[in-house]
Parts: sequence; structure tokens; C-alpha cells
Amino acid sequence: MAEAAWETPKMARGRGNRWSRVIIYGLLAFFALVYLLPLVVMLLTSLKPLPEIYAGNMIALPQEWTVEPWRKAWEEVCVGLACHGIKGYFWNSIKMAFFGVTISTAIGALNGYVLTKWRFRGDNLLFGLILFGCFIPFQIVLIPMATILGKLGLASSTTGLVLVHVTYGIAFTTLFFRNYYAVFPDELVKAAMMDGARFWAIFFRILLPSSGPIIAVSMIWQFTNIWNDFLFGASFSTGESAPMTVALNNVVNTSTAEREYNVHMAAAVIAALPTLLVYVFGGRYFVRGLMAGSVKG
Amino acid sequence: MSSLELLGIKKRYGDSEILKGIDISVDAGEFLVLVGPSGCGKSTLLNIIAGLDTATEGDVRIGGRSVRDEHPSERDIAMVFQSYALYPNMTVAQNISFGMEMRKVPKPERERAIQDASKLLQIEHLLGRRPGQLSGGQRQRVAMGRALVRNPKIFLFDEPLSNLDAQLRLDMRTEIKKLHQRLGATIVYVTHDQIEAMTLATRIAVMRNGELQQLGTPAEVYSEPVNLFVAGFMGSPRMNLAPGRLVQAGNELVLEIQAGEQPKVAIALPSQPEAVRAYAGREIIAGLRAEAISYGAVSGNGPRRTMNATVEVTEPTGADTLAVLMVGGHEMTARLQPDFPLRAGQQGEFGIDLGKLIFFEPKGGQRIK
Amino acid sequence: MKADARRQTPAVLWLQRNLPKIVLSPTVAITLVFVYGFIAWTTLLSFTRSKTIPNFDWVGFSQYARVWAHPRWDVAMHNLWIFGLLYIGLCLAIGLLLAILLDQRIRQEGTLRAIYLYPMALSFIVTGTAWKWMLNPGLGVEKLMRGWGFEDFKFDWIINEDMAIYCVVIAGVWQASGFVMAMFLAGLRGIDDDIVKAASIDGASMPRIYLRIILPMLRPIFLSAVVILAHLAIKSYDLVLALTGGGPGYATELPSTFMYVHTFLRNELAMGSASAVMMLLTVAAIIVPYLYSEMRSSRRPAH
Repeated sequence: MAEAAWETPKMARGRGNRWSRVIIYGLLAFFALVYLLPLVVMLLTSLKPLPEIYAGNMIALPQEWTVEPWRKAWEEVCVGLACHGIKGYFWNSIKMAFFGVTISTAIGALNGYVLTKWRFRGDNLLFGLILFGCFIPFQIVLIPMATILGKLGLASSTTGLVLVHVTYGIAFTTLFFRNYYAVFPDELVKAAMMDGARFWAIFFRILLPSSGPIIAVSMIWQFTNIWNDFLFGASFSTGESAPMTVALNNVVNTSTAEREYNVHMAAAVIAALPTLLVYVFGGRYFVRGLMAGSVKG
Repeated sequence: MSSLELLGIKKRYGDSEILKGIDISVDAGEFLVLVGPSGCGKSTLLNIIAGLDTATEGDVRIGGRSVRDEHPSERDIAMVFQSYALYPNMTVAQNISFGMEMRKVPKPERERAIQDASKLLQIEHLLGRRPGQLSGGQRQRVAMGRALVRNPKIFLFDEPLSNLDAQLRLDMRTEIKKLHQRLGATIVYVTHDQIEAMTLATRIAVMRNGELQQLGTPAEVYSEPVNLFVAGFMGSPRMNLAPGRLVQAGNELVLEIQAGEQPKVAIALPSQPEAVRAYAGREIIAGLRAEAISYGAVSGNGPRRTMNATVEVTEPTGADTLAVLMVGGHEMTARLQPDFPLRAGQQGEFGIDLGKLIFFEPKGGQRIK
Repeated sequence: MKADARRQTPAVLWLQRNLPKIVLSPTVAITLVFVYGFIAWTTLLSFTRSKTIPNFDWVGFSQYARVWAHPRWDVAMHNLWIFGLLYIGLCLAIGLLLAILLDQRIRQEGTLRAIYLYPMALSFIVTGTAWKWMLNPGLGVEKLMRGWGFEDFKFDWIINEDMAIYCVVIAGVWQASGFVMAMFLAGLRGIDDDIVKAASIDGASMPRIYLRIILPMLRPIFLSAVVILAHLAIKSYDLVLALTGGGPGYATELPSTFMYVHTFLRNELAMGSASAVMMLLTVAAIIVPYLYSEMRSSRRPAH
């Protein structure tokens, strides 16, 4: 599988002479700096008092370290008309992500199970139909969805957003589980059938216990996508029910008097933390999720 | 009443017919082996018996009762798979008891069954381990244990030894045979290995392209094959099948074997049945097992003649010598004594046990009897 | 003996036999309605006279004509081409370069990989915010360079109408090239070492081995990467919004921003719908052939 191949380096391609090793490491280090730069800048800027920002340059270390910008971002900064900081919106995102991730993963698992272990006529076609949902630009569903949410009375609520994310996340989670269960040995299912296990028993007693890795992949992928989403959040929520990303954009792009860059950066880092942490601890599964769509099914 | 009856089983997948009408009945305590080259339909047939696949036409009866519409778990059968199919997330004990749990067998009974089975198969010390920690042979035994505790009417084995290395395969083969003798169980066993078939079966069903070629005991299938395919498939080394011609020479029927410009080999035959005599003057295919050819000392009780042949290759196996002989332009393999003196290129007179010589029709390959 | 032989009503039996399909049906229903149904709905709207609210007077393709005649759409398409080609091209080049470098048995490979890939874990809004800050003339890179002695250094692309789109390219490539690197690295690792050894024995130098043997074997990955990057490029909305807000003016307008603005802010529902349909068609033109060939060649796995 792509993951195993990725993680076990093979023999070096080409003997390195001294110079070429230097060049290689040099290039890699340069790129590493470029990749890290924005994050470092964000962090540094968020820890400086405003005058220092105007005075110094973006990668200068703070002369006066301060976490005031963080406190302000959390509790005080103005998002639209409300000035209670971003904590409310952070919790909105947490709630939305929690339900979105768990529900879409559960449905995806069942779908993958049915599509691989209970073949019937047209099942490949159905999979293709479902799969297409991974690729549509979501602009195409904004108007109808706004209308429907309005009619259901969910226009500006976290519940509405959860519904949207589950609806459009199912395509991805189904893809993950379907590909995973496709290579799960059929003989195990047959043996369980002979042992008397029916539809649900096979799923819960045989398949699911061996599904740890793919559940991790699905949850990490969905969490990252749902947390980072902006389009749905901006289109289907307003005011108090907005998710973190919408709040962040609001904070950073409002053209009020003085731009408190350090607070903006602090807010950005706070917004980035959950997915970054998930990435750091679950990196392997994150990569598998990325690959699942691109490697042949 | 038979344990298992297959009546007119046909299976179609789209345009191709996998099984073209199979009729077999298996008595209680029999060890039936379904053998044939890959693609002959033997695994499909087994799956149909198990209920994991449905026949397009025909019926399956177990204990006299039709099970066509019954779920696999209700047919009173147990199956051992080629890959053993042990549940990876459960211990050996849990693997064995899973089926009983599904059938809601009470705990004390389950425990007892596990104990009995594991003692029989000598896997008691493995009960707490996971399949990943077991060797191939151990997994095999656990798979059999899982089947045993079901106490089924019929055991189904789907190429269970294919994944084992050669020595282990021999050991497990003997174990399965011992188990059969101890339990008196009815077994249907699928394999592509004809040696396994010969050593394990009470009856063999030779299959090819979805059709049953011959159903008989190992001895019957070996010595009295019903057509060219069975003759060539069963037995190792393969039966020698030489095209020749039957010629009437006075009162005697003579078999002539000659290919191209090679010297002709003529073998005078003892009296033959009517059907064979009818082929005088025509092309025919002669079948002879390697052990029916001898050199020097006489073997077998039938009438014999000798023939002149050139040695092509000798293959000493330790217990005997397999010699490839050129007989009238055709190659034949002979199983000879270990100290066979001739070498490649040398000529000699070889004895043939004529009682073992059989004939086949050139077109169609049917045995002439 | 067997467990109880309960009598089951035909209804229950039917339920059991069709359970798999029943379990799958909510998803199928959701997909039919919320994906295909909604696409149909939006397409329908694009043929109407809708402004603030849906209005079902049929006007044929006139809304599409209005979109194409709109100067902002011109800019948006122009930008899409520039952004798309540069984004894909640079991501492929950098991703491939990094993958090849990392494949050379590097000591801190795991750490480096993690560093190149982490931007993918970030929201586009965060990325846009960070780069907006860095590219801020007067406070960002420009100031840094001037502070280091390059007195005349100017980097005000982000407020420059002609150059702003290239800022979007920079930020986008920064985010996605790590992903491309990951794909190529997996591909490189999947190449049989024996092939490389055979080529070495044949006397080929490393660069030549890369060019003539290894890269061609990576063709499927190139293809996948292009498809995914193109798809990301067409969808990109958050990035532009956070980085430039579509500006200065509408210099960094893209079809996605055009659609949003006209649908939600300018009360031109039908025009917005038309632009959305065109986005969909562009994506479909790339994805559908690709998906079709993928599903053909990797038939259902051996049963």
C-alpha cells in the first residue's frame, strides 16, 4: 500500500559524492525554512506588542514577550458587531466538527461494508455516483442548500452546518472505507457466515474491530476538512453560530481603525492549532487520507 | 440415505457455464475429493454445497433434506478455508467459540467443546494466542478445531494444504486422514493436487471444465480411467499415452507404435475384449503406467512381452529410477529398479505387463472397453 | 441441533434479504437529492430571470451571456488560467524536486517530510492571513529586506493590480506542494530498485536514469496530481478571500469569488448560478474522463 511504501526508504538512488550531499541538504534546509517561515512569523507576531511590530521586522524576536494578544483574541476581539473574542466561535467549530466527523464516519463505514461484502447488481455504478460528490465544486449547491436550510429553519445554526458537512463528507468517508474493505479478506466474511453471523454481526464483530487504521484516517480527514471549511460556514451561518474560520476572516478583514496585527495573528494561530495538533499526532493517517483519493482504488 | 446429494447442479455466470450438470451422492463417513485443474469448477461446487453461492439449476440435499434455500449456517456443515480465515482480532479460543456464540450455545457447553477439540488437535497451549502469532500448521489446526466444534453432518475443505510448505503439507495430510478415521466424519475436500486426492479419498470426483469426468475409488480412477483426461491427470508420473495402430496379424492383434522414420515397435497382444478387437486396422491410443514397464527381473503377474527401446534420460529418485525411454518414436516413462544399469543413449529390452495395457479412442479420448 | 426455527413473516424475510440495499439507501437518497438534485436546481436557476429570489421565467442562455460579457468575469477567467497553470506547474516542479531530494536517504527525512506537508493541515483562511501579513508592503518581506540593507527593495505585489494574482500563486503553492511531494515520494518508493540497478550496470548516469526511466514510470502520479491540483485551483475561494479579498478592486477575482459575490451580495441569483454551472463543467471536464479511466482499469478487486 502507498503508506507502507512511503514509510520505508529504499536504497539510495545514486552514490553521493561530498558536493552533491551538500547541495541536497542545502536545498532541503532552504525549503524547510520557507515552509516554516509563515508559521514562525505568525507566532512571533502574536507575541509582540503592537509598537514593536511597527518598529521592527517580521522575523525579529520579541523584545517584550506578551500573551496579551492571545487573551484579547480569545475574549475581546470584535467579530462583526459582537466583541467577545473568538472563543464562542471556536466552540461552535468544535461542536460542528465532533458531530460531523462521527456521523459521516459511521455512515461511510456502513456504506463501504455494503459496497464490498454484499455485492448486488449496479453496486459499482452506485459507488461511482457517490464518489462524484467528492469532486463537485461546492458553489454548485450553495443556493439550493441555502433555500432548504431556510425552509427547515436551520438557516443559521450549528445543526444546519453539521447536516451540510455530513451530507458532503459521506462521499469521502465512503471512499476510504470502501477501498479498505475491498482488500479485507472475503474468506473471513464467508467463515463468519458459516458460523452463523448475519449482516450486523459480521460488521460489528469481524470488520469493525479490524478497522482501526481506516477509522483514524476517516476521522482525521473529516476533522481537518470540516474545521478548515470556510465556504459552507460563510454561506450558511451568521453571527453567533459562525464557525472559527468565518470568525477569523471577519476579524482579520474588518477595516476598523487600528489594525491589531498581533491579535489577528494570535487568532490565526488559535484557529490553526486543532488541525495542526491532529496533524502532528496523527500524521501517518493524515497522509493516508490524502493518498486514498489519488492512488488507484 | 445418503449424507449429501448433488442433483443436476448447474451454474452460469453471465455467458459462461461454470458447472454443466453435476450429479454426485455421498454416503455417511465417505471422504469425497473433488479434484481437477484450476478453473474446473470444483471450488464453485463446494461453495454451492456450503450455501455461499447458489446454483443456477439443480438441488443440494443434506441428510435427505433440500437445503437450497437455507443459509450456510443452517445447513449443519462446517468449512475449512484455504487461508484458514481465522478472525484476526480474536484469540484462538474465541475463534473456535464464535460459531457457538452465534448459535447461542450456553457457556459451559462451549467451554467443554473447546476443550475437547483443542485436546484432539493438540492446540490446548495455543488457546490464548492470536492468529498472527501462530505458524501455518497451527492455524490449520485451529481452523479445523473451529469446524469440529460445530459437530456438523459434513465437513468441507477448500484446498486447506495449498498454503503450506512441502513437508508440512505431508504431515497435515496424514493428520486429516487420521481425523477422518477417528471421527468417521463425512468429508468433501477440494484440491488440485492429485496425490492428495489419491491418498485421502475414499472416492474421487475428477472434474474438468465444469463436468464430472469420473467418479470412483482411487484404485478405479488410477487403473481404470474412463478417458484420456483422467488417465493423464491422475498418477505421478503421468500415464504413458502413446498413439499407435492395432494390426491384425493372423490370429494375433498387434499394437504398432511408430512415429515418423523411427523403427517400429510391435507388441503382440493377448486376447482382448470385443470392443478392442473392433479397432483392428485403426489408429488407437495405448495407455500404460510407468510401473508396468520393467527391465531385467520380472514384475507383475500379467502376460508380458518385451520391446526394444532407447534410454533418453534417467532420473534416480533413491527408491527407484525413472527412465524416459524412446519407444518407436514416442517417449515413455518407466519406473525401474534403483540400480538400473543403462545410461542415456543405450538401448535395451524392456518388459511390459500387458495386463495393465489399456486403450483409448483417438477422437474423443474415451476408454475402449 | 439447530437453534429455534422461528416462523418469519414474508415482510421480515424481505427486510433481511434486502438489508444491504436498505442500509445503503439513505446515502443514495442523499446523493441523489443533495448532489445531483441540487446541481439540477442550480442549473435550472441559471436559465431563469432570478435576481434576489428565485423566479422561474425562462430566459435561455441570456444569463450566461451576461456573465461572459461581464468585465469581472473576464478578469476571473484570465486569473484562473494564470493561477491554474502556475499553481499546477510550480507545485509539480517543487513537489517532484523535494521528493527526489528526500529519496536520497536523508537523515532527518521524517521531520523534513512533516515540515513540507503541514501546510495542508491548515485552513486556507489561516494560510491567506499569514501570507497577507508577510506580503504586506511596509511591514512584511519588504520591510525585512530593507532592514537587511536592500534599501530599494520593493515588494508591493499584493496591492498591485497586475501582480496581486501572483501572490495568490505563491500562497497556494506553499500550501499544496507538500502534498504533491508526498505523492511523488510514495511513487518513487514504489519503483523497483532492481530496475535502477539494471540501468546502472548498463552504464547510465543518475540524472539520465531519472530522466529516462524513473520519471516516465511516475506518469500516473503526474496525472493524478494534475487532476487534483486543477480541481483545487478551480475550487479555491477561501484562499483568495483571506489573502486579497478579491482585490485590489477585483484584480484577483476568480470564478469562485465571482459566484459568491453575485449570488449573495449583488442579488443576481441567476448569474451566480450560471457561473457555478460553468465551474462545475470545468471540473467535470477534467474529473470525469479521469475517474472513468480509473474505474475501468481497476475493476472490482478479485472476489
